Amino acid sequence: MSIWEYANPVKFMRTSGAILPWVVAGAAVCTVTGLTWGFLTPEDYRQGSTVKIVFLHVPAAMMAINIWVMMLVASLIWLIRRHHVSALAAKAAAPIGAVMTVIGLITGAVWGQPMWGTWWEWDPRLTSFLILLLFYIGYMALWSAVEDPDSAADLTGVLCLVGSVFALLSRYAVFFWNQGLHQGASLSVQSGERMSAVYRYPLYLTMLGFGLLFLSLLLIRTRTEIRKRRLAALQAREMRT
Amino acid sequence: MIALLRRDLRLAIRAGGGFGLGVAFFLILCALVPFGVGPDTAALQPIAPGILWLGALLACLLSLDRIFALDHEDGSLDLLATSPLPLEGAVAIKALAHWITTGLPLIVAAPLFGILLHLPGAAVPALLASLLLGTPALSMLGAFGAAVTVGLRRGGLLLSLLVLPLYIPTLIFGTEMIRRGQEGGDTGTPLLFLAGITAGVLAVIPFAAAAALRVNLR
Repeated sequence: MSIWEYANPVKFMRTSGAILPWVVAGAAVCTVTGLTWGFLTPEDYRQGSTVKIVFLHVPAAMMAINIWVMMLVASLIWLIRRHHVSALAAKAAAPIGAVMTVIGLITGAVWGQPMWGTWWEWDPRLTSFLILLLFYIGYMALWSAVEDPDSAADLTGVLCLVGSVFALLSRYAVFFWNQGLHQGASLSVQSGERMSAVYRYPLYLTMLGFGLLFLSLLLIRTRTEIRKRRLAALQAREMRT
Repeated sequence: MIALLRRDLRLAIRAGGGFGLGVAFFLILCALVPFGVGPDTAALQPIAPGILWLGALLACLLSLDRIFALDHEDGSLDLLATSPLPLEGAVAIKALAHWITTGLPLIVAAPLFGILLHLPGAAVPALLASLLLGTPALSMLGAFGAAVTVGLRRGGLLLSLLVLPLYIPTLIFGTEMIRRGQEGGDTGTPLLFLAGITAGVLAVIPFAAAAALRVNLR
């Protein structure tokens, strides 16, 4: 029994089909409870009610980065071990990641307007998120431009590797270029007292909820991609006979 | 390898527009900017480093799709792939040829265009050094983008979408270096970063580009 067994599409379909309802339910419960709880938290004494944006902003931003990392791992598995499910999972993850990036940027803008007095500032964090969005868009555009599915998986895999290096490089290069308004990490292991517990626990819950939400969307989209592949194979067989 | 380099250079020169076109585009860009922002020295001087670097970047981008497209069409790319020369080496040589035909003329012309944008003379060494160190990375990254999109019918737009985000670190350190040269500050730090990025790109990207080419030739 090894994890590579799930590289078999049939096995993947069976297992993912079995756990999907639970993941979806968990995502729904965590996200809804976390957001409601977050909405009912007391207002911050300086930021007022706008502080509640944090429950959307931080989980979305966290997932935007984590999804890219997941795509990187999936691309590596595809390039090294040629498991098709892995390539399809990377393909399925990209639009979710792009949407998470957009959510992070938009909620950030809505929050920035009352707090900093500006919708947009060329701050290192904001800028690196914009750059991340560009990488997502390029990645998705390449997937849709290449017709042969295996070539597309190979090319996007290589692009993902190169893009990861440059996304990281850009992230630190922009610090050199401009100092920012954005605060440091919202949550950190070393200094737990940065954020009041009133906000911290609902935030943990929404972060878990967004993680599960991504997992359920990813499973659904990967299953769709596998079915699409099967359909194409069936059609190809029809054409031959 | 030298034969390949000479062939590419000869093709670029004889096809016309190899050397001149990028510089002409650069000149037009530098001439258009004052129309956009006004002719005052006070308005032009602070943005001159950015305009010069953006001009170099876009001029470089324009000729990228020619790195592999023509060879792919007439089949000589397949010959290159089956030749004893490793494809990584062929990619590096092609990027070098691209740099000699577009990057080098831009570097030679850049101080002249700096005068157009009222760039102070003190910043010219920084301008030359930053372009000299930065443009090889632009050509090499461009070769990667061209390798990824070589088989596609409408690769041109996609090529710029893929390549431009990769240019961001080079652009940041390049302009920062000229800006510091302009203000008489310390140009050493951005210089080292720029050199580091270019060295890393030259070492690693040929492998990625060759991998992409092999996929496209399959």
